Amino acid sequence: MIRTEEMLLNVGPQHPSTHGVFRIVLKIDGETIIEAKPVIGYLHRGTEKLAEDLQYTQIIPYTDRMDYLAAMTNNYVICHAVETMMNLEIPERAEYLRVIVMELGRVASHLVWFGTYLLDIGAMSPFLYAFREREAIINMLNEISGARLTFNYMRVGGVKWDAPDGWIEKVRGFVPYMREQLAGYHDLVTGNEIFLNRVKGIGTYSAEEALNYSLSGANLRCTGVNWDLRKDEPYSIYNRFTFDVPVFSSGDAWARYQCRMAEIEESLKILEQAVEQIPSEGTVMAKVPKIIKPPAGEGFVRIESPRGEIGCYIASEGKKEPYRLKFRRPSFYNLQILPKLLVGENISNLITILGGIDIVLGEVDG
Amino acid sequence: MTKEVDGQGEENLSIEEQKKKAAAEAKAKALELAKQRKAEKEAQEKTEAPAEEPLSVEDQKKKAAAEAKAKALELAKQRKAEKDAQEKAETPAEEPLSVEDQKKKAAAEAKAKALELAKQRRAEKEAQEKAEAPAEEPLSVEDQKKKAAAEAKAKALELAKQRKAEKEQAEAGVTSSISTEDEDKEKALALAKAKAAAAAKAKAAAAAKAKMAREAGQTDSEPADETEASNDEKALAAAKAKAAAAAKAKAAAAAKAKAMREAGDGGDAAADEKAKAIAAAKAKAAAAAKARASRDAGGEPASDDEKAKAIAAAKAKAAAAAKARAAGGTAKAEAEPAETKPSPYQPMLDQYVALIREQLGADVLEDAYINKLSKDVPTLVAKSDTYYIIAELLKTHDDLHFEYLSESHGTDFKTHFEVYNYLYSYKNRRPVVLKAKVDREKPEVASLAPLWEGANWPERETYDLLGITFTNHPNMTRIMLPDDWVGHPLRKDYEPFDVEV
Repeated sequence: MIRTEEMLLNVGPQHPSTHGVFRIVLKIDGETIIEAKPVIGYLHRGTEKLAEDLQYTQIIPYTDRMDYLAAMTNNYVICHAVETMMNLEIPERAEYLRVIVMELGRVASHLVWFGTYLLDIGAMSPFLYAFREREAIINMLNEISGARLTFNYMRVGGVKWDAPDGWIEKVRGFVPYMREQLAGYHDLVTGNEIFLNRVKGIGTYSAEEALNYSLSGANLRCTGVNWDLRKDEPYSIYNRFTFDVPVFSSGDAWARYQCRMAEIEESLKILEQAVEQIPSEGTVMAKVPKIIKPPAGEGFVRIESPRGEIGCYIASEGKKEPYRLKFRRPSFYNLQILPKLLVGENISNLITILGGIDIVLGEVDG
Repeated sequence: MTKEVDGQGEENLSIEEQKKKAAAEAKAKALELAKQRKAEKEAQEKTEAPAEEPLSVEDQKKKAAAEAKAKALELAKQRKAEKDAQEKAETPAEEPLSVEDQKKKAAAEAKAKALELAKQRRAEKEAQEKAEAPAEEPLSVEDQKKKAAAEAKAKALELAKQRKAEKEQAEAGVTSSISTEDEDKEKALALAKAKAAAAAKAKAAAAAKAKMAREAGQTDSEPADETEASNDEKALAAAKAKAAAAAKAKAAAAAKAKAMREAGDGGDAAADEKAKAIAAAKAKAAAAAKARASRDAGGEPASDDEKAKAIAAAKAKAAAAAKARAAGGTAKAEAEPAETKPSPYQPMLDQYVALIREQLGADVLEDAYINKLSKDVPTLVAKSDTYYIIAELLKTHDDLHFEYLSESHGTDFKTHFEVYNYLYSYKNRRPVVLKAKVDREKPEVASLAPLWEGANWPERETYDLLGITFTNHPNMTRIMLPDDWVGHPLRKDYEPFDVEV
């Protein structure tokens, strides 16, 4: 027997596998992790403090920088919170445009996850394919919003402007293309034995644990909990679309992978229906006051972002700036379970488990 | 607070109503004052300048500049014409300057005149402003703003102090509002006098100059100062009244909303209240107008008396409102089950409250209501010492079974902290919000991390940014900011320790 000593291993905050400035201090015995301490906050920008001096419309660009891989849902959550408090009716076309851009964002976000996750565990080429498809989405979002990642597209009461001519047709054309590519991904990766050996049975937790740790999104649905806010607490116009909530029950990294891949398909279903149903014309902005002042009181809404449940709490004094703004950031909550999952694992599984949670550090650190 | 709606006499009005009324009156008064001020300004301007409208400072500046330019142009033209005439007359004899030179000279003269005019105009404007606002010296607009802000701050502080003293008095059991009023009157009078004296002393020179420029007839500087001082006082009173009115109106509105939500007050009663308040406000406004008129006619320091009275009245009302608020707090808890507003979540809330009361006792909850602004979520407000046991019941009881903590954070409400938790039951598919008020002096509350692991990091974040300590938390350390950070940035009174950051 070889005697091993406990050793501290520092990973990050600059490390390619952490997809941002995430640091974790590991206590290892040989190759086995005994204890893991995540250290976060390297990307904390004080968004909530800054927001207290900003008008609501001015806060929207800050939300782009939280979950920068799916900024449209961030845009939406603050608009939705204010609209809920003010009881605003949103024009049809704006609602459809919002859903389309949010679902495009969801697909793009899952593509980034797919590509980088496989890159992390050693598969090079899927990354390139995934980013090719993602680029197509980003180009579309760029056309409609004027930015590739930090869209700042939504406004309280609607969206900044209507889609350019032919844009809806582009989205319509993208859906079958993406389906085809997705089938290619499955051929390439999903049945791959090396891949399966890396993810099956890794980072397993039960539904009770997932709920206790406040997990959400695919991290929750991989344990068999059928929960999607788009379905269960429908916001916007999500109740008009037929789509399934993919649920898997094994609770490991493999289930999370299947979940996210299936969610791409479901998003494509929603996109397909949305481009059919969208009214061909109409206003994209509700009649809202020039200076937005939600009534005094507290409002909290939560919606389904690609990473889980994103929420927005506003304490208003009836002024043009929020008294207190708080985002429920899914990556922050989802990451909490990491130390628990790592204990007793082989060090090479660190990346598999961390990557499987799908965090964005901009969101973890707020 | 629900029973007393029918009271007829003023004394019989419920505390809630009095609060509302007082707020409405104060507001109306402030409005009336503002209107009068505007009218005065207009009148003044009419006498001084050819019918200027009460424009903003920015607009006035622009206008003045435009006028000055126009005048300068005109003057230049005139001068040129004169010069030409002169030239025509003089040329044969003297021919001292070339046409070019003369032109230049004319231009220079016109310029000088324009400058002078602009100066004069500025002086006029300043004088005007001085008369209108409590600006002591001919400062720049920016400086004046700053000064005004500083003054307002100081005054607010003073007011707050007084308010506190009054509140203490009120709490001590002083029920006769008349005596409070008298006292306040005296206090305010003394205050006003002292202030007037100080102001008069400090401002003598500058004010005299400005006054002389503006009011050609006035040669003696003393009376001018008095007027100024009284003007100051007036502005002060108005500002105070306005601030107080705004604050009260807000409190009243909030209280009203709460009352309606809680007790399901009929809209009719509210309408009656409003009408009454409006009538009272009108009467008060008329009185104020009269007082003003008499002051304007006489330019007497007697107006100080009026103002002091107004201040005293406003203060008495504030005290009453404070009392009412204190009383309302207890009344609310009793009126709470009488909720009548239909909400799909109402039965849930009733069930939660009934269960909690049955299991933990009748007085563990501070408040329970449907939050209309947050998709009708049932909201429970726990006392800080019952917060944990309520949370425990919410999680473990089979009929409640809130096994998921969706969100946890805190807020600094200046008077207290509040911890906000959004819980969800996947078993019963329903949400609840559990809040707890935390003392700002001793910001400690039980941690929910032993119940929900998911509360671990959010509570650390709350500790880091707000400085609320969660007892029994497994790892109560900073999470976002560096460990050596000083202060808690999301507190409303946070001052950065290191200005460079």
